[in-house]
Amino acid sequence: MTTTTTEHRYEALPGLMALMSGDEKHGPAATSTLDALWVLYDRVLRVGPDRTDDPGRDRFLLSKGHGPMAYYAVLAAKGFIPLDRLPGFGSYDSPLGHHPDRVLVPGAEIGSGSLGHGLPIAVGTALGLRAQGLHDPRVWVLVGDAELDEGSNHEAIAYAGPAGLDRLHTVVIDNSSASYARPGGIAARFEAAGWSAATVDGRDHEALYAAFTAPHPGRPRMVVAQVEPKDG
Amino acid sequence: MDTMRDRFAPVVSRLLDEDPRVAVVLAEIGMADFEAVRRRHPDRVINVGIREQLLIGAGAGLALTGLRPVVHTFASFLVERPFQQIKLDLGHQDAGAVLVSAAASFDWPAGGFTHMSPGDVALLDTLDGWTVHVPGHPDEAGTLLRHAVAAGDDKVYVRLSTQSNDRALPVDGARFHTVREGRAGVVVAVGPVLDPVLEAAEGLDVTVLYATTVRPFDTTALRRATAGAGTDVVLVEPYLAGTSVAAVNDALVDLPHRVLGLGVGRRELRRYGLVEEHVAAHGLDAKSLRARLDGFLGVRARV
Repeated sequence: MTTTTTEHRYEALPGLMALMSGDEKHGPAATSTLDALWVLYDRVLRVGPDRTDDPGRDRFLLSKGHGPMAYYAVLAAKGFIPLDRLPGFGSYDSPLGHHPDRVLVPGAEIGSGSLGHGLPIAVGTALGLRAQGLHDPRVWVLVGDAELDEGSNHEAIAYAGPAGLDRLHTVVIDNSSASYARPGGIAARFEAAGWSAATVDGRDHEALYAAFTAPHPGRPRMVVAQVEPKDG
Repeated sequence: MDTMRDRFAPVVSRLLDEDPRVAVVLAEIGMADFEAVRRRHPDRVINVGIREQLLIGAGAGLALTGLRPVVHTFASFLVERPFQQIKLDLGHQDAGAVLVSAAASFDWPAGGFTHMSPGDVALLDTLDGWTVHVPGHPDEAGTLLRHAVAAGDDKVYVRLSTQSNDRALPVDGARFHTVREGRAGVVVAVGPVLDPVLEAAEGLDVTVLYATTVRPFDTTALRRATAGAGTDVVLVEPYLAGTSVAAVNDALVDLPHRVLGLGVGRRELRRYGLVEEHVAAHGLDAKSLRARLDGFLGVRARV
């Protein structure tokens, strides 16, 4: 996977996803993460294919590893993955599985697929950077609204607020897929645990950017990105 | 005499002072012993509260940033409760850590089965690439803890127990130690069962190997021993009976052999009481062990 690639724009993403699925049209579920991922990789994260081992890079952990085509498309658009690897998606010889593997995918900080692992690992990553005096890199983790049902996430949420992990950021893709919605909404749960929280339209790039870059001194930050209901 | 666990905080505190890569992750249990060093290294002594999934996940995150996490709580909560975190957050992520447990199989019998973990080593055996240290004495625990932390980014489990042999033997974090040699069988004693094994083997013409690092299993030492003492092998382990039988079978795969795996029984006793009472109930006292050795090795093993 050393092929040189050039960067692509947002408009190229559907075509890149089609290379994996053979389908030019993608349902909302397959692209629920697309806009949040794009805004992060295009405007927020200080990462790049030339610095995947740089201790000072930002960390993005995809915890919601299901349906990773949007993730792979964004990584391909930003030059982490050569385009010619996309068509083999899910095949024996492909590094691109239906759940990502950090050992196989350049730029993937974690392997995921089993829900509820990314946020606790992100907590440890934020702690590890702080312990080494690396106060500049930011840690981002993307989870799904139903994924928040996993108790491991609640352990991480409840710890990170009082611990003041202000380099930690969570984006929750809310496509109303949880069977039992949280009374008071998702943001209220994080706020009760001491996080800075915002809820925005997950398709609105400017709103996402503003929410992603808002100051939150002394507290971890979470952003709910609301998109179309999974079954809507 | 102090226990293996009494050595844990002093040894790891010193490593925290010496090596900026070392970090300790706790879930309340054991916190008090680290208070002094926590003041010196507040960012590398981390207490996540009573959250064992986060305990392992956070340890993995620390490792992904290049640190060497030492993660500690009771075995039931360290290995069994967050087992998928051990499998995925460490194994699948290709991240390392030192997991240090306390309470072993039944160190606190009055606490009941919730605090017993005889299956911890067998569980780790379903995963690839773990080094497992089972010290039999507090001095050995200190040595093996230092080996574990120094083992690069390896995945290492250190099993601390209140059960102990009377004296420490030289341990190197890799090989079995030959305690005595005979001609009519090999007994492999793991960690704190060595003293009762030696008492049980009195008057028997057997080789006794002492194992404090059981994964990877020291195939070379076992084969050397069986070359002189024959291929009747008795394993005595302080955790689930039979845990290392497959390792013995693999070591002797090309030789006709017999193996007897002794250890803690699978059946839940539903008894409280004392450690000694549980040792006897599982047949791990010297008298019970002698009966099992006699039954397996026969009269020809008697000197």
